[in-house]
Formats: sequence, structure tokens, C-alpha cells
Amino acid sequence: MSKQTKQPPLNAGRRTLIKAALAAGALSALGGLKPLWAAAKKKVTMGFIYVGSRDDYGYNQAHYEGKSALAKLDWVKAVDQENVPETIDVQKVMESMINLDGAQVIFPTSFGYFDPHILKIAPKYPKVMFLHCGGLWDASKHPKNVGSYFGYIDEPVYVAGVVAGHMSKTGKLGFIAAMAIPQVLRNINSFTLGARSVNPKITTTVVFTGGWALPVKEAEAANTLIDQGVDVLTCHVDSPKVVVETAEKRGIYSCGYHTDNSMLAPKGFLTGSQWNWGKVYQDYAEMISAGTKIPNLVRGGFKEGIVKSSPYGKAVGDKARKQADEVRGKFMNGSMVVYKGPLKDNTGRSVIAAGKEHPQTDIWLESMDWLVEGVVGSTKG
Amino acid sequence: MSDEWSAIAGVLIAVLGGAIRVGTPFLFVSLGECLTERSGRINLGLEGTLVMGAMTGYGVSYLSGSAWLGVLAAGGAGVMLGWLHALLCQQRRVNDIAVGIALMIFGTGLAFFLGKPLIQPSAPRLPALSLGAWSDNPAVRAALEINALFLIGALLAVALWWFFRYTRWGLYVRTVGESADAARALGLDVDRVRMLSTMAGGFLAGVGGSFLSLYYPGSWSEGLSSGQGLMAVALVIFARWNPIHCFFASLLFGGAAALGPALQSVGVTWGYYLFNAAPYVLTLLIMIATSSSTRVLAGMPGQLSSGK
Repeated sequence: MSKQTKQPPLNAGRRTLIKAALAAGALSALGGLKPLWAAAKKKVTMGFIYVGSRDDYGYNQAHYEGKSALAKLDWVKAVDQENVPETIDVQKVMESMINLDGAQVIFPTSFGYFDPHILKIAPKYPKVMFLHCGGLWDASKHPKNVGSYFGYIDEPVYVAGVVAGHMSKTGKLGFIAAMAIPQVLRNINSFTLGARSVNPKITTTVVFTGGWALPVKEAEAANTLIDQGVDVLTCHVDSPKVVVETAEKRGIYSCGYHTDNSMLAPKGFLTGSQWNWGKVYQDYAEMISAGTKIPNLVRGGFKEGIVKSSPYGKAVGDKARKQADEVRGKFMNGSMVVYKGPLKDNTGRSVIAAGKEHPQTDIWLESMDWLVEGVVGSTKG
Repeated sequence: MSDEWSAIAGVLIAVLGGAIRVGTPFLFVSLGECLTERSGRINLGLEGTLVMGAMTGYGVSYLSGSAWLGVLAAGGAGVMLGWLHALLCQQRRVNDIAVGIALMIFGTGLAFFLGKPLIQPSAPRLPALSLGAWSDNPAVRAALEINALFLIGALLAVALWWFFRYTRWGLYVRTVGESADAARALGLDVDRVRMLSTMAGGFLAGVGGSFLSLYYPGSWSEGLSSGQGLMAVALVIFARWNPIHCFFASLLFGGAAALGPALQSVGVTWGYYLFNAAPYVLTLLIMIATSSSTRVLAGMPGQLSSGK
């Protein structure tokens, strides 16, 4: 549907109404002539690169949805390419977006694009900004036209853990994870801590599949966890589709990841943890258009609007909703600290001493290499 | 103690269930490859055929509303790729392994290209037969949720064995595979026999692909196969070109793939990278154990270019 034919909503402001009327007029008389105030914004061209497919219900789709949110800003031109491997291919794609499309900013969204690919191309194009999702940028080592952005996704994961803690009858949760890297371990720990804040006897069994996209292994992990009595499943892999669908097929609950997965499990879906890249990308677009300096590091959670929870599924009871909403409120006002002492890992070692707190922004959390008490699993294969 | 026993039982049930669930695509691809190789050609392109079959099966099931029609269409796509392989290979001075690699890339690429709009929609899946209804243990019941394609594959393994051994057509295939010259002397059309064998092999591999997308894990995505088509080719060598052995080898590979997740789910937390790699380690061990620069493998068709 083209923009011009869209009916303005009833509560639309005067500006929107005038814009729609003008656009309708322009459509009949002048073709694509822009309303005057659109010219006030400087045009921005942004390039997005994904490692997988745009509609995988997962990591790549989350970025694609973020890019699609830019469509409503008519002064932004967003180009993208999917299925770009973490090889010299990504360098070629970056250069073609810069030279052919005139991109002023590039978002190579996959972890493995950073080193050596971005680091090699960035010095060649000092006027172009390279913003990498994942957080590897270091001011002392890396070029000034490179930066990173990332979100505290473990906040909605903690909230999902609270909901799972309320809904589980067997007290056994399952977590299907790709690899034992800090980001993944932090999600497993937050999920478990959230659930144990409801019921301290709950355990989370982890299965590491060894890869980001191994559908057969993910299905196998889901089935064998369910056989062992797990009644809520969640995951951290590129596409949560197989895990959520298998849980639904076997009649247990599931929590989604990356995007809204509720339509994959109409009965058993509880909630999920989603990225809100649309907001991040719009903010960047505004900054570039206005000519302000782009910060090299952007981080944030619920409060900054970078992450959000999926809407609750039908199965979620009032008690669970209430407590989850409360916890989310505490994240929003900054009073929530997930990682505080005394905290032991699952080998009995003390990892955070009593009285010590590590708030979300603490960089120490980004080097996590332990699993919290209550997790069945090991960080070393 | 009882905890340990239930854990061991849990792993065994998971490996058994996994052997059947994960092993079925291996079974179809390996039976197809077995037939093709018995006629004297190697079709390495079956990885591409598997992926193409998965995409076609899912697409046709989605459009027609019938999962079984999807299975047939997947077989049809496999026939087309098999035909292409045979057609290219019967040209002069064309190497079947090179053609196979080209078709592997072609099949996968074409499936990814055509499959773009199929990642999100939900197609009708194949139903399961609940053979575990007698048990009140949910794990046993889940392991014995068996798809009809597995039973068809098992019967097919026996049928193929009987075909090679007791039928005239089976003898033709074997003769062409052992010695093309002898076959020509008998008045057989070598190219034609090989073309039919490769097409039939492609059909089976395509059906194996539809099992992936229509039953387990049961959706179309680009990472669906993760090399199963290639592993099945190694499996045929392990099975010494015997269809019955292919059946057991497929179960072994399927069970190996289920081992990693099963051990972790009962709380065995060490060595999961090793257990996860079990099918690949197994493939490698087989290749090492069976390779020799001086002798030809027992049961190997004489015309295979890998044996020359």
C-alpha cells in the first residue's frame, strides 16, 4: 500500500492531516513532489548488512524490522543485504554500499563482521561511520569512525524468567543455547535468577548446541529436555522458530527471543525478549541528519527503549503478570539490580560477595564466564 | 542410584528416538546414493538435492495444503536434479565428482533463492504414528512418535537389497557399475541405466529433504540441512553399498546426533562440544578406517571414479 492512500488516524495532529492532504494533492497533480518542510531535513543514506535471512523470526529479522521502521522517515534512504558471510564478502558489500548507494553510515550487524572486516575498511573511508552491533569497539585501539551499539537484552530475559517461574509446575526450565560466550551466559543467568526470585527451588537445564543455526540439533535438544520434565523452554540461537514450535507441539510453555514469536505458539507462548532496533536506528538517523557527533558507544535496556518484552501469552496468569510488570517498572526507573551479592555459581564458588552490586551498566558483566547456582550445565565443553 | 538409572534410561530413550527422527533423512539420501553408486557413478550433489527437496516439499505442501503432495513434489525435484547430473556426466571427459559439487552448490543456491518467501509461512506437516501408546512414560511415547516415511524407508531398504540381488534390473545396475565394458558386451545401454539410477537416487534424496521440512524439525530455513546430505554419502561407504547396512548406519548416525543434547539434558555437562561433533567425528573415523592407497574396498562397485 502506498503512503498516500493511507487514511490519517482520527487523532492525528494538524501537521499530519495537512501533510496527508498535500500528499494526496501532489499525487494527482504533481507526482512525487515533497511537502516543503521535508526539505528542511538533510537526506541520510544508511546501509544494513545481515549474516542470515531477513525473516528468520530471530536476530536478523530484529535488525530488518529496525531498518523497516526507517521507512516512515522520508528523508532516510535505507539499503540492506541479507545472507552476507563473515568473510571478505562483507567488505565488498560495505564498499558497494558506500560507493554505489552513497551510504553515510553502515550497520554491519553480525558479531564476526568487526574484526578484521570493519577494521580494515573503516580507515579507507574516514567520512563514513561504521556502527557495529555487539560492543567490541575500544577507543584506545580502534578508528574514530567506528562505533558499537548494544542492548541489555538480559533485562527482558529476567522478566521472562519471572513469568516462567510462576508458570512452571515441574520446577524445571530448559534453555537451548548456541555457545558459552558471555552474552549467552548472561541471558541464561538472568533467566534463572528471574525464575528463582519466584521459586528458589527452580533449576534451568542448559543444552549447548555448538552453533547459531542448527535446526535439527535444536529440535533434538528441545525434545530431550521435554522428556526430562522441563515444562518451559527458551533459547539463545539465531532463530528461535524451531525451539518455540517444538515446545508448542509437545504441549509445554515457551519464551521467545529476538523478535515477537507469539504467533509460533498460540497456546503455550508466555512472553519473550525483543530488540527495539527501530528506535536506535531512528536516533542515529536524526543525529546524522542534524550533523551532531555520533557517540562511539551506545548501550541501554528497557529504560533507553533498546529492548522490550513481547506481549504476554494467553496462558500467563494474573499473579505472573503483576510481578513481571513490577520488575519491569524497576528496570525502567533504574532501581533494579540483577547481579548482587551474595551470589554463588553452580559449582559452589562465590562470584559476588555479600553487599556488592553490579548494575546493568557494569562492564564486568560483559566478561561473564560462570553459570549461576540453579543452572544445570557447564561453561566448559 | 535410581537417579543414575533414570538418567541412563533417559539418554538411551533420547538416543533411540533421535536415531529414528534424525536418521530418516540419512536413510533416504543414503539409499538413493547407494543406488546411484551401484550403477557406477558418485552423486555428491545429493546435499543440494536434499535442500532443494526440503524447500520444494514445504512450498508445495503450503500451496496445495497436502503434505504428502509435498513429499512427491520433493521427489520430483530430486528427479530433475538427478537427471541433470546424469546428463552432464554422460558427456565426454566430464568428471562425476566435479559435476556433483557443482550441483550441490546449484541445488542449495536455487533452494535458498526460491525459498525466500517460505521461511515465515506455516505449511501443513506430515502426521506421526503414535506407536508408543502402550507406554505411560511420556519420554517413551515421544520417542515412538514415528513418521510413516521412516517405515517406508525401512521397507525400501529391504526392497532395494532384494532388487539388487534377485531381479534382472538389479543385475543390470550392478553389471553397469562393476564393468561398463562387460555391460556393453551384453547389449546394455550404460548411460541409460546410470541415468535412471541417478534419477531414482535423486527422488529418494528429495523425499529425505521433505522429511526435514515437513516433519522434523518441521519448517523451512536455510540452515536446515547442516551437511546431512554429504554425511549420507560417507555413510554409504561405511555401509559397503549394502542397502540393509545403510539402514543401520543411518540409525547410528541419527543416534550420534542425538547424543550431545541428550547427555546435557540429564546433567552430564562435560565434553558437550565433543559429543555434539559425534556425527562428524564418526564420518571422519570411517573415512580414515576405510581409506587405503593400495586396495579397493570390499563391495565397492568397480566403475566408481573414487576407486580408480
